Amino acid sequence: MQNSLDPAAPLLEVRGISKSFGAVHALQEVDFTLRAGEIHALLGENGAGKSTLIKVVTGVFPRDAGIVRIGGEEIAPRSAKAALAAGIATVYQEVNLLPNLSVAQNLFLDRQPMRFGIVREGEMRRRAKALLADFGLDIDVAAPLGSYSVAIQHVTAIARAVDLSARVLILDEPTASLDRHEVEILFRIMRQLAKRGIGIVFVSHFLDQVYEISHRITVLRNGRLVGERETASLPRLELIRLMLGRELAETTSARASAGEHKAREVCVSFENFGKAGYVAPFNLELRHGEVVGLAGLLGSGRTETARLVFGAERADRGQARVEGAPVRLQSPRDGVRHGFGYCPEERKTEGIVAELTVRENIVLALQAKRGLHRPLSRREQDEIARRYVKMLDIRPADPERPVGLLSGGNQQKVLLARWLATSPRLLVLDEPTRGIDVGAHAEIIRLIRELCDDGLSLLVISSELDEIVTYSDRVVVLRDRAHIEELAGEAIDVGNILAAIAADSVAVALEAHT
Amino acid sequence: MTALLPRRGLAQILALIVILAVDRVVSPQFFDLRLQDGRLFGSLIDVLNRGTPVALLSLGMVLVIATRGIDLSVGAVMAICGAIAASLADSHSLPVVLAAALGAGLVCGLWNGFLVAVLGMQPIVATLILMVAGRGIAQLITEGRIVTFSSPDLVWLGNGSVLGLPVPVVIALGMLILTGAVVRGSALGLLIEATGGNARASELAGVGTRAMIIAVYVWCGVCAALAGVIAAADIMGADANNAGLWLELDAILAVVIGGTSLFGGRFSLVLAVLGALIIQTMNTGILLSGYPPEFNLLVKAVVVLAVLLLQSPKLSGFAGIAARLKRTKA
Repeated sequence: MQNSLDPAAPLLEVRGISKSFGAVHALQEVDFTLRAGEIHALLGENGAGKSTLIKVVTGVFPRDAGIVRIGGEEIAPRSAKAALAAGIATVYQEVNLLPNLSVAQNLFLDRQPMRFGIVREGEMRRRAKALLADFGLDIDVAAPLGSYSVAIQHVTAIARAVDLSARVLILDEPTASLDRHEVEILFRIMRQLAKRGIGIVFVSHFLDQVYEISHRITVLRNGRLVGERETASLPRLELIRLMLGRELAETTSARASAGEHKAREVCVSFENFGKAGYVAPFNLELRHGEVVGLAGLLGSGRTETARLVFGAERADRGQARVEGAPVRLQSPRDGVRHGFGYCPEERKTEGIVAELTVRENIVLALQAKRGLHRPLSRREQDEIARRYVKMLDIRPADPERPVGLLSGGNQQKVLLARWLATSPRLLVLDEPTRGIDVGAHAEIIRLIRELCDDGLSLLVISSELDEIVTYSDRVVVLRDRAHIEELAGEAIDVGNILAAIAADSVAVALEAHT
Repeated sequence: MTALLPRRGLAQILALIVILAVDRVVSPQFFDLRLQDGRLFGSLIDVLNRGTPVALLSLGMVLVIATRGIDLSVGAVMAICGAIAASLADSHSLPVVLAAALGAGLVCGLWNGFLVAVLGMQPIVATLILMVAGRGIAQLITEGRIVTFSSPDLVWLGNGSVLGLPVPVVIALGMLILTGAVVRGSALGLLIEATGGNARASELAGVGTRAMIIAVYVWCGVCAALAGVIAAADIMGADANNAGLWLELDAILAVVIGGTSLFGGRFSLVLAVLGALIIQTMNTGILLSGYPPEFNLLVKAVVVLAVLLLQSPKLSGFAGIAARLKRTKA
């Protein structure tokens, strides 16, 4: 469905936007074009730069370089409010309205119809009702917003934005907490607005919805623009490849063939392990010295699997075994006791203790494992810290520096050191290379290889398929919170992983779009 | 292991010296000490003696605050334990009296720890419960009267002396050394600092954060109990309404002056006690100066403000506002 407006004149033009946070390039020369009357999906994995792009365009973050034009006119908003004045409105997943006020009050907040300094409630309600009627919504506008479903709250937020003369509407994950019926209401309204010439940016992780509603798709990966396509001419497999892989180079496993590891003893195994509403029960075996990669899209259950395996989340079924013996795995303490380690994806909130020194962060897990009564002496701590700072090349090489002052890559190394110091049998690494600059990236991959050569079992999650293919002996592919396929040996390559992720949806996509 | 007196104590020591100097100006005899009946007398000894309850409270409070908690109930716990000690003093031996009072403090601490660590209540709310209820419990124990006693053993605890020093001072010193030995001699100190610095990360590293939190509230309760017994022994009676009244605030203040952030993490026992001494030196100085004690509160407020401003990261408050003003003008 093409719009009737002139497609040659873009409504919103973003050219060469760059944004760095410290050493991390969140956006590098990103272009984005939105036409009037178009629904444009903005896609990418976590950390690809979608929200940074939105925040830069709407003035929440200042940009390092690049220009933004709306209707051909250059703008440089310094706040979300200024962006709104320029005609760009954003509705976030968590609606930024006041649930305790009425729907009408929310719609007219800050611009209530007044007479003699008194709000004209009746007038406000009448106008609110008329406004919502435009959106096909007939509700009691005097009731508190919080008493309505999330869908209606979203529609209210959208109505407010549009009424504030927005020409560009950015919807950040609007459907994440909506049911199917509510999604349809929202989509109907989006199409209606598009017909009126409003340009809509749609951010979502639900590819089915993207194919249903959007006209064009822009994909970001690692802060770079990797593609801008017409939705109808972009097969789903190709889209997933854009989102995940670099290019489909023939990167096959550089690791020893799977046969060799078959001979080794099973180190840790999980039978029918799972938790209702979290991850479907799975079987997983990790042999000594083996690297198992977990691949899948965001929200496919990768992190959830990692947390169950470590004990950070309690499984409600199944049995974990260590060296063949059944074990209890109810808490991280249990995991640590069995010789497991876990480097979480959220390094800052779940990994480091920023205020404590590199030394203290490194000895933390070992000390917790030894218990209160067997404190590591200062000399032992110094020795451990010195050994790992040297081994992992942590910089600056000062064990007494608070770890919060280190770069992301070095913080990741400190976390690795924390677990290595406990001499673990199994390490679970969730996105070990995320947000880390290129040099440290390669180094961490090298470390992963060395570690398993020393007999350690590794379970590694990464969105970088090339990476997974490079170091994994086996790859477990997840979709919709279930383990759907296991690839080993020769079968491990990016194409097979993508095919497994896309498997059942490709057929649907082909049917609908070709 | 961090040394008992880290380098960062300089500011507190300087503050104490300044306040002592001011006290010397206000009261020329401030540094005079005399030995009488084998016991030292003088303003300095007074400061130490009067400062004991808050010093004891701050020993427990600093550990609680290091875990990113707070304990508002310590004043009420003092009242409960003082009331128990006073009621039992004339009918039971000192060990029994102490065991009962300290046991009650331990139970109070367990209750707080249970609310915070197991039920996951916010510390300020959880301990507010006992702060309110505790005075009621103390009044029930004393049946609304001021219970007096004459047991020489308990009186000695508040008024006796050892090697020339008042017994309470010796007890506080002993508790400081004991707490320091337990906390820094074991891995407890590191694990408490880790828990306060980042509880989720610590839990994922295998630290028993729940046990850690319960332990600090229990210790805080025991310290408050001891302070309550000493306060009762000092006046040879228990006053459920006024014993330990508002002292929780002084204890928190002492911890903050001692440089431990209310956001948890790094802590120092010695500096917390030093904070208690700074407060008491101010109190005594104002008393000696002849100004009405009401000034005390104002001076305290000014000191708190100064300490908090110095603690705010790089005084970003002012700098941040200035930068923002500049940006809007541009």
